[in-house]
Amino acid sequence: MSHAQQSVRGEVAIRHLSKSFTLNGEPLPVLRDVNLNIRSGESLAIVGASGSGKTTLLRVLAGLEAADAGEVLIDGKAVHGVGAERAVIFQEPRLLPWLTVLDNIAFGLETRGTSRDEARAHARRYVKLVGLQQFENAYPRQLSGGMAQRVGIARALAVQPEILLLDEPLGALDAMTKIGMQQELARIWRDEEVTTILVTHDLEEAIYLADRILILPREKGGESKFIDIDLQRPRDRSAPEFVRLREELLRIFGLH
Amino acid sequence: MAYDNIDLSLAPGFSPSNRVVSGTAIGARLRDFLLPFLTRYGLVTGFLLLWQVSATRGWVNPAVFPPLDVIVVALWDSLASGALLDDIAISLQRAGIAFFAAVMLGIPLGLFMGQIKTVEQALDPLLQFFRQTSALALYPIFILLLGLGETSKVFVIFWATLFPILLATIGGVKEVDRKLIEMARTYGASRLTVFRRVILPASVPAIFVGLRLSATTALLLLIAAEMIGANKGIGFQVMNAQYNFQIPLMFAAILLLALIGLAANAILLALQRRLCRWSQPAP
Repeated sequence: MSHAQQSVRGEVAIRHLSKSFTLNGEPLPVLRDVNLNIRSGESLAIVGASGSGKTTLLRVLAGLEAADAGEVLIDGKAVHGVGAERAVIFQEPRLLPWLTVLDNIAFGLETRGTSRDEARAHARRYVKLVGLQQFENAYPRQLSGGMAQRVGIARALAVQPEILLLDEPLGALDAMTKIGMQQELARIWRDEEVTTILVTHDLEEAIYLADRILILPREKGGESKFIDIDLQRPRDRSAPEFVRLREELLRIFGLH
Repeated sequence: MAYDNIDLSLAPGFSPSNRVVSGTAIGARLRDFLLPFLTRYGLVTGFLLLWQVSATRGWVNPAVFPPLDVIVVALWDSLASGALLDDIAISLQRAGIAFFAAVMLGIPLGLFMGQIKTVEQALDPLLQFFRQTSALALYPIFILLLGLGETSKVFVIFWATLFPILLATIGGVKEVDRKLIEMARTYGASRLTVFRRVILPASVPAIFVGLRLSATTALLLLIAAEMIGANKGIGFQVMNAQYNFQIPLMFAAILLLALIGLAANAILLALQRRLCRWSQPAP
């Protein structure tokens, strides 16, 4: 796979996307006419108040929910349902408890048709990437929360997606583990050429990881806001610019 | 303070760890083997001892509760002479065929029913009704339909063992974490792959609960069926020995049943350990 070819892949366009759920027989609009372009290789963070539809947007992108109207284009082609060019990292690791760490990482490759031996050989590289060599043959119940989530991340990366969709991937971790994992994700982003769309409620995490932040409006159909994060990587959480961005975001949410 | 002048130090040489350190090799071995053994089998051993002593001392009527050595000798004699072997064979055959048939029908049907909600909902009331109906109460119907021969015996055991397996399997499939299925779907897993790689392995522990329950039920029904209408089998021998007042032989047959039950459970447990290594605590 040549670099030149890869650099034009993983481009996402969302056109007039709307989605409602039904609550007690009443339609409850969650997304209304969302339009969005995500560049190839970009890291976009989506933040918003609860109920702003950020997780729903990600699930539509993942192909786990169908949109009521509008479309999702990946590299110019409309997509329906799940696809091999996308991989999802959920809030929970969602590991198969009966598979070892290595086999869990190989799982996505196997379901997509790679032979077992080949998948395992390939998965070994990703075991290393997330630093779990010593736990290759461990079962999920033997892992800590942070380790389990690393396996989930490795499983998604192992299928070499063009687009990585992350739904509050570090939301269930304790504060210390979380910061460590954010650093690890930043490192992986840098090394793997992949478009990442991260849904998070952690504003600091969004500033630390993203090239651009999308703030979903509280009112349906309201204006979405974008904030570009032009900080140098690796980012310093205590840098004045970082702190200023954090305050700006808090102000947008009416918390500062 | 009132407690200030209480001497908190322990008597010299009194320390729980002291005893461990100063213990001899034999002491250590006793601790390693005897204590776990006593915790696990102490009560059983005590019960057997009490039985033996009560019977030999005449605290209980030895004609009704013969001493254990007499029972064991009776068991050994009937095994060595081959007198009980035919009965064991026919009993194992009845229970085995019925259990096997229940497994072969119950697990696939349960896996199917658990996945399709409408099928499960439609059949559930019927299943609950059958489950609550004692298989023994239905035995006369089976005899009417199938005659007094082997078929009705095997069928009544099959009937009773089917439901625990079927319901446990349905329950296992229904309990599978939807989030894992969703995860598999994002990796392009087909329905068949989701079934093979997520639903089936996730259901195995629940299925084994049903299998072990069914194995116990199979033996229970076997004995009842053999007591009601058979001229061979361990259950028949229990009843027959009692009629003929061969009490040691009666107890020998009962002991044999207990041993078969334990063996069946041990086999299933070993199989479960092998298949569900992932859910076992770390060695």
